[in-house]
Amino acid sequence: MTTITEVQTTQVYQVFIKATPEQIWDAITKPEFTARYFHGVTIDTSPSRRQTYYHGELANEADVLEWEPPRRLVHSWISFYDAEMAAEEPSRVSWEIEPQEGGYSLLTVVHDQLEGAPKTAAGVAGAGWMMVLSGLKTVLETGEPLTTF
Amino acid sequence: MDDDRVFKALADPTRRFLLDRLFERDGRTLTDLEEELEMTRFGVMKHLRVLEDAGLVVTRRQGREKLHFLNPVPIRLIHDRWIDKYTERQVSALADLKSELEETA
Repeated sequence: MTTITEVQTTQVYQVFIKATPEQIWDAITKPEFTARYFHGVTIDTSPSRRQTYYHGELANEADVLEWEPPRRLVHSWISFYDAEMAAEEPSRVSWEIEPQEGGYSLLTVVHDQLEGAPKTAAGVAGAGWMMVLSGLKTVLETGEPLTTF
Repeated sequence: MDDDRVFKALADPTRRFLLDRLFERDGRTLTDLEEELEMTRFGVMKHLRVLEDAGLVVTRRQGREKLHFLNPVPIRLIHDRWIDKYTERQVSALADLKSELEETA
């Protein structure tokens, strides 16, 4: 067994999804999709803002730093669901979508600039992002959510 | 996408060792990882290549350096595909046993 000995200030996650870049782009930016895989929250992303709604109430707002449909989305990140994490400095999340041969796309999520947010870094590491990404893959490939929230 | 590659990549102790080192500290260079192993640079490169082909390691360029990151998603997908399926059956078998025992009690 190993333990995490230091906070990972850059985290990289990658997954192949049998979907076009446009489908993946819609799934990460449109609220009706995010509700089905993103821990049950509804996220509405426009070229400037990324607004997260929880039970219909605006719970968090992040800045969109780069908006290049359907290939690249970069936004700031605050883990609003936990008071201690919410008090930390904002970090950054980049979504990169690259089409592959054979109707697949490669989705890379980089969560970085976590130097000022150690609790957030530990919180989103591993299971956090993996739930989101495997849920996203399942929704796009089967039309069904991975879990019900 | 390709379970065979992931299982094959995980079937080697050196490669599991490399993944554990990246789990402890992510975003490392080849030189950095090489120091952890009694192996030639070429040997370490070959193992990293297999891990990369399986999607378990992702490399990113940062300035002049090529950094290696652990990508846990393929292991998660194998977990979803293989482990969940079988534990679910065990859990439901236990649930059945419980209701059967409680009925007869």
